[in-house]
Amino acid sequence: MIKFSSCTVCVFASPIFVPLSPSELTKRKEEERGEEAIIIMRPILMKGHERPLTFLKYNREGDLLFSCAKDHTPTVWFADDGDRLGTYRGHNGAVWCCDVSRDSTRLVTGSADQSAKLWDVQTGTQLYSFTFNSPARSVDFSVGDKLVIITTDPFMGNPSTIQVKRIARDPADQTSDSVLTIKGPQGRINRAVWGPLNKTIISAGEDSIIRIWDSETGQLLKESDKESGHQKTISSLCMSTDKSHFLTGSADKSAKLWDTRSLTLLKTYQMDRPVNAVAISPLLDHVVIGGGQEAVNVTMTDRRAGKFEAKFYHKILQDEIGGVKGHFGPINALAFNPDGRSFSSGGEDGYVRLHHFDADYFSIRM
Amino acid sequence: MAAATALSMPEIENKAMNLGIDLSTIDLDKIVLPPGDDFGIKSDDEDILHEEEAPEFETGYGNVIVVDNLPVVSPEKFAKLEGVIRKIYSQTGVIKEGGLWMPVNPDTNMTLGYCFIEFNTAQEAKEAKEKTDGYKLDKSHIFVVDMFDDIERYMNVPDEWTPAEIKPYEAGDHLQHWLTDEKARDQFVIRAGTVTEIFWNDARQLRPDPVYQRQYWTDSFVQWSPLGTYLATVHRQGAAVWGGKSTFNRIHRFPHNQVKHIDFSPGERFLVTYSSQEPSNPRDTHRVVLNIFDLRTGKLMRDFKGSVDDFTTGGSGGLSGISWPIFKWGGGKEDKYFARIGKNAIYVYETETFILVDKKSYKVDNVVDFSWSPTDSILALFVPELGGGNQPARVSLVQMPGKVELRQKNLFSVSDCKMYWQSNGEYLAVKVDRYTKTKKSTYTGFELFRIKERDIPIEVLELDNKNDKIIAFAWEPKGHRFAVIHGDGPRPDVSFYSMKTGGITARVSKLTTLKAKQANALYWSPAGRFIVLAGLKGFNGQLEFYNVDDLETMATGEHFMCTDIEWDPTGRYVATAVTSVHEMENGFHIWSFNGKLLYRIPKDHFFQFQWRPRPPSLLSPEKEEEISRNLRKYSKKYEAEDQDVSLALSEQDRKKRRALQEEWETWTARWKQHHEEERELRLQLRDGEPSDDEGSQEQYEAKEVEAEEVLDVHEEIVD
Repeated sequence: MIKFSSCTVCVFASPIFVPLSPSELTKRKEEERGEEAIIIMRPILMKGHERPLTFLKYNREGDLLFSCAKDHTPTVWFADDGDRLGTYRGHNGAVWCCDVSRDSTRLVTGSADQSAKLWDVQTGTQLYSFTFNSPARSVDFSVGDKLVIITTDPFMGNPSTIQVKRIARDPADQTSDSVLTIKGPQGRINRAVWGPLNKTIISAGEDSIIRIWDSETGQLLKESDKESGHQKTISSLCMSTDKSHFLTGSADKSAKLWDTRSLTLLKTYQMDRPVNAVAISPLLDHVVIGGGQEAVNVTMTDRRAGKFEAKFYHKILQDEIGGVKGHFGPINALAFNPDGRSFSSGGEDGYVRLHHFDADYFSIRM
Repeated sequence: MAAATALSMPEIENKAMNLGIDLSTIDLDKIVLPPGDDFGIKSDDEDILHEEEAPEFETGYGNVIVVDNLPVVSPEKFAKLEGVIRKIYSQTGVIKEGGLWMPVNPDTNMTLGYCFIEFNTAQEAKEAKEKTDGYKLDKSHIFVVDMFDDIERYMNVPDEWTPAEIKPYEAGDHLQHWLTDEKARDQFVIRAGTVTEIFWNDARQLRPDPVYQRQYWTDSFVQWSPLGTYLATVHRQGAAVWGGKSTFNRIHRFPHNQVKHIDFSPGERFLVTYSSQEPSNPRDTHRVVLNIFDLRTGKLMRDFKGSVDDFTTGGSGGLSGISWPIFKWGGGKEDKYFARIGKNAIYVYETETFILVDKKSYKVDNVVDFSWSPTDSILALFVPELGGGNQPARVSLVQMPGKVELRQKNLFSVSDCKMYWQSNGEYLAVKVDRYTKTKKSTYTGFELFRIKERDIPIEVLELDNKNDKIIAFAWEPKGHRFAVIHGDGPRPDVSFYSMKTGGITARVSKLTTLKAKQANALYWSPAGRFIVLAGLKGFNGQLEFYNVDDLETMATGEHFMCTDIEWDPTGRYVATAVTSVHEMENGFHIWSFNGKLLYRIPKDHFFQFQWRPRPPSLLSPEKEEEISRNLRKYSKKYEAEDQDVSLALSEQDRKKRRALQEEWETWTARWKQHHEEERELRLQLRDGEPSDDEGSQEQYEAKEVEAEEVLDVHEEIVD
């Protein structure tokens, strides 16, 4: 059931989109154009999770924001003002990932309790539970919402798998049969998503290689180049709206942009810290990259050092645009509103920060 | 086919398959291998193999000597002679049983005038040879004693002298080529992970320009020589120096097993290497070995071996605490002398002969510290207080050679002294920690020596607040000023003093004090005038760029967690680095002298940053002054160049951006086309749902819906 609760919303009216320091602007020859963008945004601080955030997802209309955290209860918020709408109770472990159907009626979540659950978005009822013998890590609805990818972690001698399940129109007919099971390569698969027209599945994970599989036969079609590709665990993967390209973030302190069809490396965005989360703006040629130190090093990092900023890069020029400070822990999740006018970030600190861009953001020129 | 036998047949077949060779067509017996053990593949290290000494073979005759020039005697006297020889040689060692053999001519039964003696050990044999070679048995019989092994070696010497092959002269590499860089850039070396890299600091382009890089170049660290000519690497087998015009070639190797530290002499004439061997048995002494090589020829000039105690003063160092460098070089750039401290003495050596000056050490009772003037052969010594204050502590200046005491200063109730030379050797500052009357705490003062003035006058300087702790002290290079960080607590003060105030009779006086600075280290520009006040480590990397001429702060900055700071040799740029003392934030930043951050390079596992030093300027001081007076004239050329560079850069930049944008547009055009083509298919996947509106801006409206629900109806009659 959806549980309504008084919402805890704090609104700060302080400038937090900090443009680069003058020296960095010099570096980018920005002063030649005489533009210095000061962007003031009102972040909404959404406190509802008790443990670190793991994933954020907007529905298609961009009015709802779904958040997953290690505290077992995925939560849905109004994407406009940050009011908490409700929670989905039923998981018994950290929830790693979620996806919402195009018509915003179904939600699928993957959890460390070795299950992936299907929910009714509106009522919060659990419709079905797929059970596995290892934690479910990543979930993704296909185009048309008839299929869903669920990946499972390597656990107790079981290798990691990518499984495709059919979603029945009527939840009563739902079965747990897999349409396709790919026994994954070594190591955890951190993210697997559908390619264009549901013909391919793109997976990335601990072995730092991106793979494209045939979604009919389960055959491996392409592998990313080891030389130019990531050198360490790939932590996140984000598809562009038209599924033509995607962005991956890795612990090797970089994010990379790839062509979905040819798996060509298009761009690399160099960071000074491991990347945990990435998102592509649907509106402008921007990408946002978040990360931070590994958890063991967090206590040794000063917040001022800016390691917990969400950094904006120009998608094409690969130049840094600016950063949004605020979290006091690494950023684990990032998502753009489908209208491109706001974005939200979820941190190890347990907060979701919702940012509506100011008018100035849209006039940044590189 | 010796190599092939090591492989099994199936392996060979596999290999042949991979290479696309049909084995059946090859007659194995017809294969002709290149002659020699190396199959014609020349080893990279071949030259070393031959350079090294031939290994010594154990022939088993190392303990045998041959004694020649014995009297020739008849069998009757044989026993007597044998007795005499046995008696002589029993004194030097133990002759093996049956180890004395005097051959006899079978025809005449006379002895042949020589004998063989076998000792128990080779050591004894050697000793016997040394002691009895030339022994006079009588007038006509003087012993000629040789090692048995040597005889054979001498036999093999060819009778005819062949002239030694003179190697053709090979022009050496231009070792100072980097100084001729057109843009007058400086180089630096960094070590991160397993890779050592050398870059130009291209500050105009705001990036480093790679020169050379090499993986696993060194086993522990790298070090530039003091004039920047060589880069030294350290390996298990010894040290090596590298240099050259375009790439870094190996110039010399200096074999020294397990070398731990190296040190160049300031004039780059010599290299000192050091190794120490921890004893496996704690009662054994801790052995150390020091080698001094001639840097240009690679020749070992002298070695020092001994227990670690011989190389420490015993006072402050402790058991394993050697303070590197052990040998301090003196006499300016000519590297004339080097010295080390020992118990109650200072050992000063000459580099002409590599022996002690005047053939004996310089006795100074209880000396604990010494230092050379950077330019003259003057030693400064410190002897602590003795006998509970009966004999005062003293600092003295001694001229070498001759050991003439130039100046001496007695100091009372001293707890510790530290000596700081100004880089031109004009001044010496001695920081003196004295006990307060209660002896419970100490306070600090300075004794300032003016070396170049007549009679070396001494001035005493005390801080305004005598109880302040001195955190750092630094002379202005080539200048007359010094800076001191003093105070207690987290925000100490920084004071600047000048030695040249007060007209003709110069006096020391304070220029200014900066209050409450987050600083614990001082870094003067090598050209003087500018200084960086840095708060390293605990102070989180606060930096203040200060101009001492105008007494004003030019800029402040921060390099979070900064551990190391180094000025480039010209004083134009400053590098701040976080080395892998901790794992976080590793990398380096380059700043301009006035505190503008130019660029930053993050590097994981960052170990070392070092600017390549430059030799001193060849311009006379007058010429230098003339240039700085007419700087405008000289700088014009460079300004124009700068402008060109920045124009070219922005033009390049624009071009690059345009190219990137165009490339991107071709990508997206193709994607759009794909997307259009697949529209129908997507529609099908969505069961014909018509709105394929990805990317379009559909607005939604938030509607507030009020839902009323009747929970309960309860009627009550109200009167």
